[in-house]
Amino acid sequence: MIYPYIPHTDEDRAQMLEALGLSSVDRLFEVVGEDLLLEDSVPIAHRRTEDEVQRMIDSIAQRNIRGISFLGGGCYDHIIPSTVKALSSLPSFVTAYTPYQAEMSQGLLQAIFEFQSMICEITSMDIANASLYDGSHAIVEAALLMVNAKRGAKKVLVSETIHPFALKALGTWVLGTEYEVVPIREKDGVVDLSGLVIGDDVGGLIVQSPNRYGFVEDYSGIADLLHEHKALFAISSDPLSLAIQKTPGQWGADIAVGDTQSLGLGLSFGGPSCGYMAVKQPLLRRIPGRLVGITTDAEGRRGFTLTLQAREQHIKRERATSNICSNQALAALMTTIHLSSLGWHGMVEAARQSYAKAHYLAHHLGQLPGVEVMNAHPFWCEFPVVFHDAKRMRKFLQELRNEGIFAGVRLSALTRKDTDELVLLVAVTEKRSREELEMYIAAAQRVMK
Amino acid sequence: MSRILDTLRYSKDHEWVRIEGEKAYVGITDHAQDELGEIVFVELPPIGERYKKDEEISSIESVKAASPIINPIEGVVLEANEDLDGSPELINEDCYANHLYVLGSFSQEDYDSMMDSTEYASYLASL
Repeated sequence: MIYPYIPHTDEDRAQMLEALGLSSVDRLFEVVGEDLLLEDSVPIAHRRTEDEVQRMIDSIAQRNIRGISFLGGGCYDHIIPSTVKALSSLPSFVTAYTPYQAEMSQGLLQAIFEFQSMICEITSMDIANASLYDGSHAIVEAALLMVNAKRGAKKVLVSETIHPFALKALGTWVLGTEYEVVPIREKDGVVDLSGLVIGDDVGGLIVQSPNRYGFVEDYSGIADLLHEHKALFAISSDPLSLAIQKTPGQWGADIAVGDTQSLGLGLSFGGPSCGYMAVKQPLLRRIPGRLVGITTDAEGRRGFTLTLQAREQHIKRERATSNICSNQALAALMTTIHLSSLGWHGMVEAARQSYAKAHYLAHHLGQLPGVEVMNAHPFWCEFPVVFHDAKRMRKFLQELRNEGIFAGVRLSALTRKDTDELVLLVAVTEKRSREELEMYIAAAQRVMK
Repeated sequence: MSRILDTLRYSKDHEWVRIEGEKAYVGITDHAQDELGEIVFVELPPIGERYKKDEEISSIESVKAASPIINPIEGVVLEANEDLDGSPELINEDCYANHLYVLGSFSQEDYDSMMDSTEYASYLASL
């Protein structure tokens, strides 16, 4: 077959096959199962007009179900000011390339610098990088930093209450390395740090608050204990929650990580998202990823530039702190515009309203027969509801969906554990109106009575 | 022409060692600082840790490269030169007056196997 964009001639192909000792190109694909190979080309109908294609795509999009979202599990439906889309769509941002050339890229560099400054302020840390791919990636980078920073460190302790996907990402990272991820068990929905043993081979501890159930965890004394053994402490948090809960810096953590989805990124069927990472001063040269710094040019004017690049792969090659060579610039920009629009006051307000509305709903669901609202620990905007039987749970979800309400995320859909089958995570943000909360409660009362 | 002091021993990785009683002072040579160029950061090794000969102990960053420091003789880190924390350029100014770190309980054998100034000079000439 002739492909118009591949320049090789039949003669080129024959030469390459001869060098490989193969009789035909098909021999290269023998490892692929026969049932997976196309006999013909891809069956795409030809000669459709743009308008016809548009209609086809629209009709597929119509099949999406819209509803009032009480879904969370790592991705939340918060209010996003229209400034976010309007400003982040500017072509100079959308098409911007990596800002290696500072004299050409002051706008993007300043936006990233502002992002870093805001992340530092929110987490009470000293240095933030230009962003990572998502929250799970940020947690993996924290683990990598821990084993690199302490001599002889081979293990990272990880709370079992971190997001199930982040735990999976850690499992992938550790494959084929000399390192080990050691899970720390939970007790009644929060990590159990009593009797924590920190050996010489432990690089640090990673925890999450609010955790996978929505519970806020208590880390009193943990930072000191880790530091006595030269181990690092990393806390992963929904950054919006830090407007009203104790920050990683205040807990004495060395590393703060998380995902900025809750700050201006919307749902978009689960992505793209944006990870953040911030550290204390002693880890300045260990933090992975890009860093933008502020400086003055030859004429004394303020300017921004990529800095401390000796940590990075394009300078340090295999001795670099990490493999990350990029960042999530556009998503980080959206978070920056979001935060600039809200201001500190707006951020606190969004966090407080999420808290108040979630607690209102939890209180009313707690009155229903057939379910228990787990409330042994404080929570912020998300809480677990445990059903007494699976049939009722299915009916509950179906009936509420019929009324246009996505009632929650089944925990087992995230963890794939049978023991989580009866647990529903219900998330409430500042975006949910009083009316929507009453609709939820009324529908729940009808199903569970 | 690189400056070489007769009183020191040298490694192939361009570190020097000076023994004073129970302590071994370790630094980088004039050749090394010249190759690195303007030094902007010196990572100091952790106190109290034992390092083997040829083990990577810390790193030095200059405006054009980041290089590991290879520990030339086995020993326990007693002190790190904290003057370098705020003033890494001291290495460029005088690399023999400004050591990186001090080892105790060091291996005399490792020290004895290092090059003297004549050997190091011919080693440099061979590069």
